[in-house]
Amino acid sequence: MRLERREHRPLLLLIGAPIAAIVAALALSGILIAIAGAPVLDAYRRILVGAFGSRLSATETLTRATPLILTGLAAAVAFRARLWNIGAEGQFYLGAIAVAAFGSRLLAELPGPILIPLLLVVGAIAGMALILVPLWLRLRFSVDEVVSSLLMNFIAVLFVSMLIDGVLKDPLAFGWPQSQAVADHATLPKLIARSRLHIGLVIAMVLAVLVYLVQSRTVFGMQSRAAGLNPQGALFAGVPLGRTLVKVACLSGGLAGLAGAIEVMGVKGYVTTDLSPGFGYAGIVVAMLANLNPIGVVFAALFTAIMFVGADGMSRSLGIPTYIADVTVALALLTMLVALFFTQYRIRR
Amino acid sequence: MSVVFDILASAGLWAAILRIATPLIFGTLGALLCERAGVLNLGIEGIMTFGAMIGWLAVFHGADLWTGVLVAAISGALFGVLHSLLTVTLGLSQHVSGLGVTLFASSFSYYVFRLVVPVAGTPPTVMPFQPIDIPALSSLPFIGPAFFTQTAPTYLAIVVALIMAYIIFHTPVGLAIRMTGENPHAAEAQGVNPMKVRYGTVIVGSALMAVGGAFLTLSAFNSFFPTMVQGRGWICIALVVFASWRPGRALFGALLFAFFDAFQLRLQTVVEGVPYQIFLMTPYILSIFALALMARRARVPQALMQPYRRGER
Repeated sequence: MRLERREHRPLLLLIGAPIAAIVAALALSGILIAIAGAPVLDAYRRILVGAFGSRLSATETLTRATPLILTGLAAAVAFRARLWNIGAEGQFYLGAIAVAAFGSRLLAELPGPILIPLLLVVGAIAGMALILVPLWLRLRFSVDEVVSSLLMNFIAVLFVSMLIDGVLKDPLAFGWPQSQAVADHATLPKLIARSRLHIGLVIAMVLAVLVYLVQSRTVFGMQSRAAGLNPQGALFAGVPLGRTLVKVACLSGGLAGLAGAIEVMGVKGYVTTDLSPGFGYAGIVVAMLANLNPIGVVFAALFTAIMFVGADGMSRSLGIPTYIADVTVALALLTMLVALFFTQYRIRR
Repeated sequence: MSVVFDILASAGLWAAILRIATPLIFGTLGALLCERAGVLNLGIEGIMTFGAMIGWLAVFHGADLWTGVLVAAISGALFGVLHSLLTVTLGLSQHVSGLGVTLFASSFSYYVFRLVVPVAGTPPTVMPFQPIDIPALSSLPFIGPAFFTQTAPTYLAIVVALIMAYIIFHTPVGLAIRMTGENPHAAEAQGVNPMKVRYGTVIVGSALMAVGGAFLTLSAFNSFFPTMVQGRGWICIALVVFASWRPGRALFGALLFAFFDAFQLRLQTVVEGVPYQIFLMTPYILSIFALALMARRARVPQALMQPYRRGER
């Protein structure tokens, strides 16, 4: 038996493979649910009900999908250029804390219509600033950015922890380490009244379309793809490799920083060190599930959000640990990798 | 300055160095073995987490400590099989597969742990490895408590490092591993099967990573809690680069790193006015610094991260 590259790829396979991957992941975690002694189909039904069963749960799912779309895009644009930015978690926190700092004090005097866009930009810039460290290390010292950006996550979270325990600490939080809240007029408008769903979802979806257009229609998009597919070839063809990577990194870090900014301005209002239940890492999965396609990221983020929000409800009623959502999503990443591989290769005897 | 000397003169510091270094030695050696054959194993963080969980769980359910370590090693080997299937057989991106293995292994460990141990006030504990009393040596003043009051896995880690250095540089197996990591096509021409070598090293390497994790729950602490590995796996990946892919230097690197870590822990208690987070950052900053220092100088295995497909270039 050996593997052979496919000469043509039937349309049915291209559509079927991702679906098969998701089904396989759900089947595998079904085994884990069964081992825990719960009825599998009932558990999945409860996940769906928990994610969409009521107006409240549906808006909660969409609220959860919003940062995932942005961190998913952050990973997707970087990975396409083979820039392994695993630091979205840290960039998310830096974006969040920058907004908390500027939105609670430094710029809080500004009127809302000016303040809100300004704060979003501030969050994005904070994310960019953080990713430039691993990028600089790669370009200057040939340090693999996977490890350096991962390590930066720990540093960033500790930095945030230091700020919310120090200069940015909310004196009214009963000694709890928590940042001061952003001004009321800096919070994002709600999309639906009496829910947590905010305009950030629209921003994220518009950005997904914009990223898609940039990648498919602009010179920069072509250059970033070329830098990923074949750096030597790209250099030979006149692609300014270093400059392209800097732009890609800024886009990626900016999106992750924006995710943090939007989460603070749209949902929490302040920063704690559990602001993100791993949005940065989940973004990597979202990007891979979408095969790095920006539009696909929206759907992959929705799938991930359904699993997380739905598993909360399911866990309460059936006693299955909520970590089943993390397991399913991680399994989906692995099965998707294999499924996408078999759209390119086939097994020959 | 006298504060610094006081810390350096305490036997506790030196004992802590060996203790902190042990999981790093196992993890770094595991990652190093995989990379010597050309496979980057970013599954390390998750594999260490799973090893910590399953080793602890086995002992919690009545197995003896060494059985716990063995169970952890077997679980690590199984994750090694998974990583090999993805990166060696299918030749998928080693970065992405490794991160996938880490995400799966760590969330799977938390799931199993929560299933067996529901949320409780104080996490349940096991009786961990006890320090071995070495006749004569352990009773020496200063030297005894500083270097000869470790638990058995610590000595095992040092022995494994020496054995691995011998195997890699002085045996035919080691030569096959190095050839596969430098040029799998040439290795195949010499009658070495690169696929088998890569499977073998990734499986053994992953088992070592899991043993490093198990040390955390069976010797350094006595219970398991989520996120307890805290980036040690990533630090190991950085240490491999720092060690320039040599087991002896990996041992040295892990000890040096542990020295700084143990030192900052003690400095934290005597220096006032500096936020504790600054101290906690130092291990990660040091790792990045070590990477920047060594990345250009180190001789990377030439076929690292390149999938091998027979007859394909």
